[in-house]
Amino acid sequence: MRAVVTVTGSDKRGIIAKVSNFLFEHNINIEDVSQTILGDQFAMIMLVDTSESRETFSAVSSELARLGSEIGVTVRLQHADIFDAMHNV
Amino acid sequence: MFSKFDVIETIEMIEKEHLDIRTVTMGVSLLPCIRATARETAQAVYDRVMRKAEKLVPTAEELSSEYGIPIVNKRVSVTPVSLITAAFPEESAFVGQALDRAATDLGIDFLGGYSALVHKGTADYERAFLATIPEVLASTGRLCSSVNVGSSRSGINMDAVRAMGEIVVRTAQLTKEKDGLGCAKLVVFCNAVEDNPFMAGAFHGVGESDTVINVGVSGPGVVEHALKFIPDADLTDAAELIKRTAFKITRAGQLIAREAAKRLGAKFGIVDLSLAPTPARGDSVAHILETLGLEVVGCHGTTAALAMLNDAVKKGGVMASSRVGGLSGAFIPVSEDIGMIESAEAGAISIDKLEAMTCVCSVGLDMIAIPGDTPASTISAIIADEAAIGMVNNKTTAVRVIPAPGKNVGDEVSFGGLLGRAPVMPVHTGDASAFIRRGGLIPAPIHSFKN
Repeated sequence: MRAVVTVTGSDKRGIIAKVSNFLFEHNINIEDVSQTILGDQFAMIMLVDTSESRETFSAVSSELARLGSEIGVTVRLQHADIFDAMHNV
Repeated sequence: MFSKFDVIETIEMIEKEHLDIRTVTMGVSLLPCIRATARETAQAVYDRVMRKAEKLVPTAEELSSEYGIPIVNKRVSVTPVSLITAAFPEESAFVGQALDRAATDLGIDFLGGYSALVHKGTADYERAFLATIPEVLASTGRLCSSVNVGSSRSGINMDAVRAMGEIVVRTAQLTKEKDGLGCAKLVVFCNAVEDNPFMAGAFHGVGESDTVINVGVSGPGVVEHALKFIPDADLTDAAELIKRTAFKITRAGQLIAREAAKRLGAKFGIVDLSLAPTPARGDSVAHILETLGLEVVGCHGTTAALAMLNDAVKKGGVMASSRVGGLSGAFIPVSEDIGMIESAEAGAISIDKLEAMTCVCSVGLDMIAIPGDTPASTISAIIADEAAIGMVNNKTTAVRVIPAPGKNVGDEVSFGGLLGRAPVMPVHTGDASAFIRRGGLIPAPIHSFKN
């Protein structure tokens, strides 16, 4: 399943490393990464493929959210279809 | 493919501007549940609703987590109960209680369809059914009722209009310790639609298939936020921006509706394009109108601004979804919209202005508290006026007023949650009782020579 990981919050060392390491450990392939600034906040967007992951989507999603709160940023995992639906005719 | 800006925009809409799926409503036909007695029918109704909607709440929660968009309400609508209990209408309450029990056991917030369609005439069994509404609404928590008293094709059944004035008053009296809360669960329609996912007026029409999923999206905050970026734009550009925003909102609804239908083994019914406010700040239709340049909703210009908003929402939404239905327009419930509440408290909006606004938007005089001593005939007259607007303009209109027991202008009613709070608004005190007493049918209007 194509999904999008977004990380937002104030910039800190090691955010990318920790999130990508988590994805690697969960067999989730990163297909694309980009960064931008959201107001005064850091925002990272990753396009990932979760089809090889052994855990359910919602389990990965809540683990990622937990990782985010450990680092002090917000991490979300969302099905990519919602962005396709809303932004493409 | 989407860009990183698209991703950020969606996340901001959801997290800062209250974009959500307002309701996933499962429509369930009760026609196979008719049995020989009321008790057997009630049991069959309970069993069927429980079986069909068993996975509604967990599926909606799963979708919400996967797509990262809140699904605020999970609801069920059923075939108008008056049709199911026609053989024993005085005992319809058994079915009402069974439906309320099912709603509680399923964990849904409302279940709609304790309803009757009497737009052309009232059968004896329907008259007996209507009489049960006040007691049933007073003794249930999640059940909603609606009655269709008119249509553009049939005219207005003024006998039913007269009866509904009395039923609204009685419902308020029976729920007087809760500010007349029962009336917040009772809608009187003209041109009721069969696939409306929103409460309190949802029911599952007999023309529908067995089990369907209808979805209501929301997002007044998203529209308001978008308009704030173009304070000097002319109204053509503002309409265009609303259209584009409505498109995005509706696409999210369509995606959830399709997926929910697939997972629940139901047909995808419709996406309702309505902009539905909540009492939360930043989730107000009134504030959209004020962002367009009105000092306060209710001032002159409100009707024009609302007409533009309503039309632009429809245009964007129709392009976004292959199946559009329900009420599809901007809702203006007074107690459920912080901008409306504040305007009503300041005395800046009147029931007359609200009536004018209902000519150009969805749906009608909604969630308006009126003095508790308002005569039933005056409430019937309010219903008749609103039904006339719907009948002549080929649109759905509705009345959901709460004659707040023991309260008068200057007092406030408070229902909490999504139903919100509202100041008691004045109504005209001139007597319409002789007009209402006449009864009969206001004939359907001519459908040509439109001027």
